[in-house]
Amino acid sequence: MNNNRELLVEVKNLQTYFFLDEGTVHAVDGVDFNIHRGETLGVVGESGCGKSVTARSILNIVPKPGKTVGGEILYHRKVKGVEQTIDLTQMEPQSSEMRSIRGAEIAMVFQEPMTSLSPVHTIGNQIGEAIRLHQGLDQAAARELAIEMLDLVGMPLPDRTIDEYAHQLSGGMRQRAMIAMALSCHPSLLIADEPTTALDVTTEAQILKLMRQLQDELGMAIMYITHNLGVIAQMTENVVVMYMGKVVEQAEVDTLFYDPQHPYTRALLQSIPRLGQKTARRGAGQRRLASIRGMVPDPYALPKGCPFHPRCSEMVAGQCDQTEPQMIEVAPGHKVRCLACTGV
Amino acid sequence: MTEALKNTTPAHAATAIPESRNPILLEVNDLKKHFPVQKGFLVTKVVGHVKAVDGVSFFIREQETLGLVGESGCGKTTTGRLILRAYEPTAGEIWFNDQQMGRVNVPDLDRHQLKLLRQNMQMIFQDPYSSLNPRMTLLQIVGEPLLVNKVAKGGELQDRVAELLRVVGLRPEYMTRYPHAFSGGQRQRIGVARALALNPQLVVCDEPVSALDVSIQAQTLNLLQDLQEQFGLTYLFVSHDLSVVEHISDRVAVMYVGKLVEAATTDALFRHPLHPYTEALLSAVPKPDPRLRTEPIVLQGDVADPANPPSGCYFHPRCQYAIDRCSTEGPELRELEPEHFVSCHRAEELQLMGVLGRVTA
Repeated sequence: MNNNRELLVEVKNLQTYFFLDEGTVHAVDGVDFNIHRGETLGVVGESGCGKSVTARSILNIVPKPGKTVGGEILYHRKVKGVEQTIDLTQMEPQSSEMRSIRGAEIAMVFQEPMTSLSPVHTIGNQIGEAIRLHQGLDQAAARELAIEMLDLVGMPLPDRTIDEYAHQLSGGMRQRAMIAMALSCHPSLLIADEPTTALDVTTEAQILKLMRQLQDELGMAIMYITHNLGVIAQMTENVVVMYMGKVVEQAEVDTLFYDPQHPYTRALLQSIPRLGQKTARRGAGQRRLASIRGMVPDPYALPKGCPFHPRCSEMVAGQCDQTEPQMIEVAPGHKVRCLACTGV
Repeated sequence: MTEALKNTTPAHAATAIPESRNPILLEVNDLKKHFPVQKGFLVTKVVGHVKAVDGVSFFIREQETLGLVGESGCGKTTTGRLILRAYEPTAGEIWFNDQQMGRVNVPDLDRHQLKLLRQNMQMIFQDPYSSLNPRMTLLQIVGEPLLVNKVAKGGELQDRVAELLRVVGLRPEYMTRYPHAFSGGQRQRIGVARALALNPQLVVCDEPVSALDVSIQAQTLNLLQDLQEQFGLTYLFVSHDLSVVEHISDRVAVMYVGKLVEAATTDALFRHPLHPYTEALLSAVPKPDPRLRTEPIVLQGDVADPANPPSGCYFHPRCQYAIDRCSTEGPELRELEPEHFVSCHRAEELQLMGVLGRVTA
C-alpha cells in the first residue's frame, strides 16, 4: 500500500505519561504507527484516548506534568538533499534544533482558532513571525509572503485582512489564518488537531476542501486528528483508532469502514447516526442507535486485561479480563489489538 | 395550520393533511427578537439592532420532535429561549396548549402564570459542565424544581429524585454527590432528570448531545427517545448536527440569519429539499463512508451579519441559483406542498439534491 512512499515519521512504542498527585495517567501507552510522505493519516478516538497527546509528543510540546517516558519518534528529514533521521523524543523541547523543526517542518493547526491566535497581534504579524524566524526573510518580504499565503488559503482581500486582529475575523477566517500560518514554511507534516470541530458544516466543507487542495499542491503529509468519522471517511487514506492510550486498530480507510475487526471500531461505526440512512429507510425500521454501554474507564484505575473489555459486547470472561491483547496483523496493513483476532 | 402561514399559502397547495395527526401543542407566529446594539460610555445610544430572530413561524404537534437546525448565529438557540420566555420577545405570538391553563399566549403571561407555564415547559442545555451548579448535590439540583414549585419536600422529595435518577439511568445512591464526580454523559443525564422533574409537556433541547463523545451521544439520544415514549414528551430539538436531527426528528425547520427558510417532515426535507440553503447544508455534511466521496456544494463567503443583513433574500449573496429578483425582494414563507414550507422565489422550478441524490418530480 505505502511501500512505494518514503517514510516520514515512525512512532514506535511511544509512552507519554502525566504525573499527577492522584496518580500517573498513561495518556499514551505504547503507540506505534508510521506516516509516509504525502499521506493523510487519520487518528480517531473519543476524548481522553490520547490522540492529542500523541500529536503533542511528536512536536515535543507535551504540557507539564506530562512527559514522554519511553519509545521513539523517528523523523526522517531532508536537509539540503541529505537524509537525516532524528529521534524527536530525545531532543530538548527548548533546543534550537527542535525549534527549527517545530512550526517549519512539522506544523500544527489547533481546534480552537480563537485561543491559539494572539489577540494583541495582527494576523500578518503572527504569520510574519513564523516566516522571519524560520526562513530568515526581512519584514517586507515576510509580509509579502504572508499575503501570498492568505491568498492561497482563500482569504478574501488578503492585503486588508493581514492588518486585522483575530477578533475581527469569523471562525472560518481564523481557521484559514491558522492554516496559512502553519503552511507558510512548507512543512512536510501538518498535524491538524480537530481543525473543523468548532466550525459550522458549510464552513467545515470549505476548510476540508481547502486542505485537500493544498495537500495536492504542496505534497505534505497530514495527520488528521478527529472524533468525527465522517471527516475521517472523506479525508484520510489510513486510519488509526485509539482507545485509552493505545492503538486498537489500524487499517486503510476503506477496510476500516467496510471490514472493521475490533469490537470498539465496530461499535463506534454503528453508534453514529448516518445522514440519509433514515430517509433511505423511509423512516421505518430500527429507531434506536446501537450504543456502547458504560463509559470510558477512569484513567487512574485502568481495567485489567483489555482496557475495552468492560464495555465490549464480545467479551470472553476469563480471557479478555485477564490477558492484555497484543497488536497483530490480520491482513497486510490491517492491525488489530483484540484477543478474538489472535485466536486465543 | 397557523394563521400567519395560512395567509401566505397559495390556493393550489391547500391539500388536506391527514387527520390522524396529533393536535398542535405549540404554535409560534411571526416571532421576533431584536437585540439593541449600544454605543457610547455613560450616555449610551442605540445604534442598531441585531435581528437574532426575525419573523419565525412554526408549530409543534403533541408528542413529536421538531428539529430546529441552522449554523451558529442563525437564531435557533434564541428561538428556543424565547419560547420559554427566558428572553422577552420583541414581537410575535407563542401559543401553548398548557394542561392547566389551557391555550395561552406566552408573551402575555404575568409572573404567576409564567411560573405555572414553566412547570410544563423545560429546557436541557448544551454544556453539561456549566449548566449544573458545582456546589449543589444531585438531590438539590434535581429536587430544586420540585421544591420551588411546592410539589414535594422532605422524604417525598428524596423518593421523587431517586425515581427521576433511576428513569435517566443513574443510581439513586448518587443523590448526595456533586456534579464533579460525574462524566459528561452522566451530567447530561442529570440535566435531563432536572428537566423531567415536573412532568413537563414540552422540553426544549438546546444542542443536548453536541458536547458529548460519539458513544455517549448514542446513549443520550436513545434515552431521550425512550423518555419521549414513556412520558409522551414533545421536543423542540435545537441542533447544528444534521445527522442527529434526521435521526431524532419527525419534522425539521431550517433557519438562516434569523429567518425560517424551510420546514417539512424529516423525510420530505432530507429527500427533496426545496431551499438552496438546505441543499447546501445537506451536501456539506461529511458522509461516514469512504466510498461516497462526494464533492460538497461549497458556499462562498460567510453567514450574513444579522445586524446588517443583505437586501432581498438573506441567502442570495451565497446562493448559486440567485436571480435579480432575489437581491431586491425578500421571499415569504409559503406552503408549496402539504406541510412543506419554503421561502424561496425559485422553489417551484429548482430541482435540488437531497441526501439520496437528485429527485425528479
